[in-house]
Amino acid sequence: MVLLTLMAIITIGIVRLRNLFAVVILGGIYSFLMASVMIVLDAVDVAMTEASVGAGISTVLMLGTLYLTKTEESDPGHSPLLPLFVAVVMAGVLVYATIDLPPFGLADNPVHVHVAPRYLDYSIEETNVPNVVTSVLASYRGYDTLGETAVIFTAGIAVLLLLKGRRKLKPGPKRKRIKR
Amino acid sequence: MIGFEDIVAHYNHWITVFLMVSGLYIVVARGNMVKKLIGLSIFQTSVYLLFISAGKILGGTAPIISEDYQVYSNPLPHVLILTAIVVGVATLSLGLALVVRINEAYGTIEEDEIFAEDEQ
Repeated sequence: MVLLTLMAIITIGIVRLRNLFAVVILGGIYSFLMASVMIVLDAVDVAMTEASVGAGISTVLMLGTLYLTKTEESDPGHSPLLPLFVAVVMAGVLVYATIDLPPFGLADNPVHVHVAPRYLDYSIEETNVPNVVTSVLASYRGYDTLGETAVIFTAGIAVLLLLKGRRKLKPGPKRKRIKR
Repeated sequence: MIGFEDIVAHYNHWITVFLMVSGLYIVVARGNMVKKLIGLSIFQTSVYLLFISAGKILGGTAPIISEDYQVYSNPLPHVLILTAIVVGVATLSLGLALVVRINEAYGTIEEDEIFAEDEQ
């Protein structure tokens, strides 16, 4: 609960700060807090991934982008009242919806009774992997992971294509035409 | 009335809702594109929190089969969220690459300045 409250405070900082460098660093702290919460919630694999990918790679990517662009956010011209209103209304609706959700952490919640026990009971017998997350990821739902790698591959190629044309464009007369 | 048990039972959900609407607010209210992407990733992590909270069983342990433990948390949300994190960073990197290109073409990453330049 303390960790979750800390995360909420960090989020307020991210919303309010205008210096993008500070925001990115706060984002890294946020990711590490999220990883700690995941450990508390028994999701050790997710915590490791979040700490390395969320706090590591994302932060580095963001800092690289800031290096190529600029680090100060300008003041938005319009009033924040309408987005604030939308956010508050949505929060109200979602909190109203949480009342119907099953309470946190009980063993007879609907999530726990259907598919997961099958994996937990037969994982050792069928795949001989003690870590059930690994066996589900690589064996039972291997096709999901294959699709995931396809997504990463596509994104990687798209990033390469986008950033490759950059250097060619820089010195030529084309850039002026685009800039007008 | 709302008692202490109710607060504990739904605290994770409420923090999830708070993170989600903060992300939404950043995406809608802020014109800076890097800030918008950070808002999107906050929105995303709130969904991670929602799923992992649903998978937790109080008194359970991480889903690694062992002789010493009987109760394990639900491994299925963990797998889904592992996939979601990795796909999330892929889309984030794509968005950041687009931001870099937009900065090349327009010389700014503020939304209103880009619109102003388009209208000229």
